[in-house]
Formats: sequence, C-alpha cells, structure tokens
Amino acid sequence: MSGGLYSMDQKDFDQTLDLTKVKPYGDTMNDGKTQISFTLPVPAGDEAIEAAKQLMKKMGFENPLVVYSKELTKGFTFFNCYGSTVHTVDYSTIYVPKVESTVWSMDETDDFIREHIGRKIVVVGASTGTDAHTVGIDAIMNMKGYAGHYGIERYEMFDALNMGSQVPNEEFIAKAVEMHADALLVSQTVTQKDVHIKNMTELIEMLEAEGLRDKLIVICGGPRITHELAKELGFDAGFGTNTYADDVASYIAQEMDRRMHGNK
Amino acid sequence: MRKSKLGLNFDQVDDAKRLAKNIAEQIQQFVDGYTTVTVERTLCRLMGIDGVDENEVPLPNRVVDSLLDKGVLNQGVLYYLGNAILETGKSPQEIAEAVSGGQLDITTLPTHPLTDIQKAVQPFIEACLTRIKGNVAKRNEYLSTIGEGPKPYLYIIVATGNIYEDVVQAQAGARQGADVIAVIRTTGQSLLDYVPYGATTEGFGGTFATQENFRIMRKALDEVGEEVGRYIRLCNYCSGLCMPEIAAMGALERLDVMLNDALYGILFRDINPQRTLIDQYFSRIINGYAGVIINTGEDNYLTTADAVEAAHTVLASDLINEQLALMAALPEEQMGLGHAFEMDPMLENGFLLELAQAQMTREIFPKATLKYMPPTKFMTGNIFRGHIQDALFNMIGIWTHQGIQLLGMPTEAIHTPFMSDRYLSIENARYIFNDMRSIGEEMEFREGGICRERAKTVLNNTIDLLKQIEKEGMFTALEKGIFGDVKRPMNGGKGLGGVVTKGEYYFNPFIKMMKERW
Repeated sequence: MSGGLYSMDQKDFDQTLDLTKVKPYGDTMNDGKTQISFTLPVPAGDEAIEAAKQLMKKMGFENPLVVYSKELTKGFTFFNCYGSTVHTVDYSTIYVPKVESTVWSMDETDDFIREHIGRKIVVVGASTGTDAHTVGIDAIMNMKGYAGHYGIERYEMFDALNMGSQVPNEEFIAKAVEMHADALLVSQTVTQKDVHIKNMTELIEMLEAEGLRDKLIVICGGPRITHELAKELGFDAGFGTNTYADDVASYIAQEMDRRMHGNK
Repeated sequence: MRKSKLGLNFDQVDDAKRLAKNIAEQIQQFVDGYTTVTVERTLCRLMGIDGVDENEVPLPNRVVDSLLDKGVLNQGVLYYLGNAILETGKSPQEIAEAVSGGQLDITTLPTHPLTDIQKAVQPFIEACLTRIKGNVAKRNEYLSTIGEGPKPYLYIIVATGNIYEDVVQAQAGARQGADVIAVIRTTGQSLLDYVPYGATTEGFGGTFATQENFRIMRKALDEVGEEVGRYIRLCNYCSGLCMPEIAAMGALERLDVMLNDALYGILFRDINPQRTLIDQYFSRIINGYAGVIINTGEDNYLTTADAVEAAHTVLASDLINEQLALMAALPEEQMGLGHAFEMDPMLENGFLLELAQAQMTREIFPKATLKYMPPTKFMTGNIFRGHIQDALFNMIGIWTHQGIQLLGMPTEAIHTPFMSDRYLSIENARYIFNDMRSIGEEMEFREGGICRERAKTVLNNTIDLLKQIEKEGMFTALEKGIFGDVKRPMNGGKGLGGVVTKGEYYFNPFIKMMKERW
C-alpha cells in the first residue's frame, strides 16, 4: 500500500493541457488522479478491498489504490481510494446559465437605486414551507449579514422584511401583497426527498393563479439551488453556495432597472 | 473556596445568579396562574390515557378538546377525570375512549366534592410515579453494572426518518464509541399541537417523536449498551408545542436526555412566549423527576447573532435557564446548559476566545452537564477544513471538561451524516480526548492575558444585560430582540390559543409530588 515518498510511476501520457479533453490534476498534467471515499455494505477483508477496486474500475479509474479501509460496524466497510480516471470533458463547449448581473458593493447598489429607481425597493424574504432553517435567509437579509457581507436590511435603499422560517406560501404571498413588495426571496435549506422542489413549485403556481407572478422579482436560494434549477421552476434567479447579499441586492437593483426602463 | 483558573470574580458570579433568579421569579409568578392544552394532555398521558381515534387524533387531544370546547378547561382535566372515575367506575383510558366515541360527556356528570375527586385520581398518579421511578432505578442499575463512557459524552445524531433505519445507524454509532444517540425529529414536528402515534417510517430530515418510536430505540440502545459494556443514553426533543407531553413520554420510556428550552422555541420556532414558558415549567418538573438531563438551546443564538458580540447573551440565557430549572426542582447535574463553538475561523485568536468562554461557562456552572455545540455556521462544504474546525472544538471540549460534546461532522451543511461521517467524527474526538486528556489540569491562564480578559468582559456584559432584563421583564426583552437578534411579541407566535387561566377547582398533584420526589 505504501508507494514510498517519491512516485516512480512512468508518466508515458501526453502532458499538454488540452481544454477539449480535461481530466483531474494530481501533480502532473493529465494524470487523472482522483481521491474518493465510500462505504460498502460488506465485512472488512481482502474480498472487501478487491470489491472496492473493482468498483473503482467500473467508475472509470485505472490503477485503483485502496489506501485505507476500516469496518465501521459489523458488515460495513469504509474505504479511502485513489485512481486515475480515464474520462475527460470538453471544457471549451460548456455553457452554464448564470445570473446576468454585475456584483456591486452595498454603497454602489444603494447609489444605483437612488439614481435609477428613485425609491426604496421592497423585499420580503422567508424560509418557506416546513423548512425550519433560518441560516440562509438570515445570511442574506439580516443587518449583520454573513462572512463580512452585510445583509439587505442594512442597505439604505431596500425596505426588507425577513419573515423567518416555516412560513406557509399563503402567508408569504399575503405579506408580499400587503407590503407592495417588488421582490420575493425564498430560502430552502432542507432538500431531503426533494421537498424544496414541491414547495417552490407551489409558490410559483400560487403567484400565477393570483396574477402576481409578473409583477414580482422572485428569487430562490440555498445550498442545493442553482440558477438553472431556479429558472426551470419558474423563478427569475437562483443563488447557490458562495453567494451573498451583495450578489442578490445587485441583481434585484439591476433587474428592477431592466423592467422599469427596458435597458439590457 | 471556589477557585477560578480564569481569575473570575465569584462575587460577580453570585450577583449574576441573583439577577437571573429575580428574572426567573418574575416569569414563574406569571406561569403559576395558567395551564395549557398540552399540560392537560400531559396529565391525561400520565393518568394512563393513550391511543388514537379513527382519524388518528390522539385520545388525550380528544379529552382535552372536549373540555376546551365547553369552555371548562380552566378547572383542569384531572377534576373532570376524577369526577368521571367516581361517577362511572371506569379507568381514565376507558373514560377517554367513551369521550372519543361520543358516549360520554364528562362535563355534564353530577359533581362530587373536590376532596373525593382528588382521592379518586390518587391511585393512578401513584401508579404512574411508580413506573417512572422504576425507570430511574433501571438506569441507575445499568450505570452501576455496565457503566458509562467518560465525559464529555460523545453525542451523535441519527436522522433517517425511519425508526428502524435509525436503529441500525444508532447501534453502529454506539459500537464506534458514541455515548448519547439523539433521534432528530422530523421537520415541523415542533409546531404540531399533538403527538403522533405509533412506529413511523416517513419523516423529513428526522423521525417523528412518538412513544412507540421511543420504546423501539430504547430497546435497541439497551441491547447495544450491553454488547459494548457502556450505557447508551437516548436523547430526543421536548420543545415546541408539546413540550410536557413529550417529557412525559420520555419519562415513561426511559429517555436520558431531552432538548428542553422555551427560549429556543420562542426565538427559532416562533412559538408564543406565554404558552411555552408555562409548558416548560411542567416539562422540567417531569424531566427533573425522571433523571433526564435537559439540554438548552443557547448555542442557536450564535447561528443568527455573532459569536464574539453576543457571547454575553448566551451566558445570560444560561443563567436564567439555570434558575428556571431550579424552580422546577431539576438538579444541577441534570442541566445541560448550552453554548457553542461558532466564531468565524478567520478571526485571529478565535480559539483563545472560544477557550475562555468554554472555561468560563464551566466555572460558573460547576456541577452542570454542559452541552457544547460544534461549529455549524462557518462550515462551508470544505470537509477538510471542517474536520480541523471540529478538532479545535474537541480540544476545547476536553480542555474545559464539557459534559456532552455534540460531535461536529465534516459534512455539516451538506447532508445528514453518512455512517462514515460519524465514524470520522468519533475517531477525531476520541483521538483528541485521549491525546489531551489532562491538558486542563496542566495549563494555566496567564494573568492579564487574552483568555482572562475575554472572560471578564463577557461576565461584565452579562451582568449589564441581566440588569436590563430584570428591570424591563423577560417578555419586554424578548420583544426587543435581545436574544439572537430575533424579536418576539408576548401575544405573537403559535399556540397562544391553548393558554387557559387556572380556575377555582384546578389541581395538579404531580407538581408537588414530583418536586418532592414522591
């Protein structure tokens, strides 16, 4: 199992970067080196290690190496493995739909709204459905913000209400109407058994039924949310991990401007 | 003579406790005048009423709702049950079935004198307390025969949604070294104003807390405990709208640890403050009597507020929770007061500030089985750094002698733990606990250093905050958003409709008997 400190593997593959055939990088271009860990429902032993290696080969790894294995409980064995993948992807033709807006600082966004919108933008946010997690909506909305990015409540040119968690879609919409909201923010953290998809779809259907969908900028966010998924479900934008209040606020300001003045 | 490694001034600590006691007494004065639908349903359960009707509505709900609908719940369910026992000669369960079936209206029976009614319920109360005492004795027998793991207890969660799958995961966790298994509840259960019935296999992000599920998991943990030679504690959640009912179910099925915190429900589940503080009092009496360690939820404040700026709110709340628990006769050893390791990992010397706060909490609550929560807010999906954050958290746990260490998972913020995640976390904690076992005895805190100064600052801020709450009252403090930056009005939130002023015949002998350890 110990390969020693220095790799003596022959490197008889093409070591030039080709963006039409990208594969993982360990310490040499195109070595394909990948680390992977998983548990198999089998007892520990030579057969278990062989099973892990065979599985690695089926997953497309050459020279699979099981560097560590451990029986977690009777009949379940955990593996740490390395291998070189045979697969490549064509990076040059990849297209990922993204939120099309420039990310500004809080002051830049406030200035833009003052100049182009001329009034405060009203935003209502909530973690809807049965979802009890407020961490996402708090990170985006609360004064304090998250990781040094102030939340929307701190922006001068936003009038923001965070309704918290477990807000039924009916209540959420009622509040939006009451406050004359311009934008809705939906946070979904619990995604087990795709409960978030059902809940978010329901919101869009209810907005459409009440003739409100086109009057609002409807945004969703959460660790499992992508812009692509958001668009698919009928939202205007989706924000996933590593996005902050700045991303959301800049987008809302620019989208409001687009809708009001039709400029792209 | 109390000695502080941090140079804490114990006169100040005493001041803080006195302020917290005044605040708790204000709350208690309010609580004593009221009962709630779930307190009354708890009494039904303790009297032996169980089961559901044809629409899956629990019989305790049917009985209590029948009184609420007639506008007589203020006299309490024991009054009407006792009277019905005298009048019909039936058991509480038979009476509940008849009420549910529509054959009996217990509010229209001829009334007996109050003293006779009180005598009629007494045998059922004693039978219930005898059963709970049997559970306490059984736990103590296990602890004195097979023993338990050293503190901090390693606490892990299972959350499959299916009680039978939970059993597989829980037993695996115990074999890997876990001392406490918490069965996470399904999302949203805290807002149900009834407790579901029977074994369940469907839940979102957790498993329904039902008495049958408690029984299934208790049996599984006793089995694996005997196998590994260590008593494995079972934890569930008596918070939300059914606080005391779940406490009663836990007492009847020998749970060992219960999340039990009204403040948590108020702030993070928007439960009405009046409702849940009334519910909490009776739930803590039951937990105290049943030998259950309660866990409080202060750690959660730091998921919304900043861990450096808001550290004093955690300590202030711990102090108030301690006094509220004492008023329910819950022993200090059963207080799992909560705090957490939630500072931004990019903060310079953050470890020292965390260390100071954990040590300070230890010294201020010397007998408590403190509950120490792992990093969650700054877990990013970078599982490799996350594993290191958890390691730093574990170092402080062993260094400052925490009581219950909730194990952090490297995959926090990604998914409910895999079997392998739990293994890695337990390995991490066991390695550090063993490798650094006596570091707390070896190391001292430098006079004038970062740790001592931090502890002093937090304690000072805590006293200022407690003074403010004492002056304004707890309900006003909640309305102002003092805890967790969340504002909760006294008449807002869920469950206020279930609060009832106690009437002239109201009685609940469990309170006195449990507090005096009948």
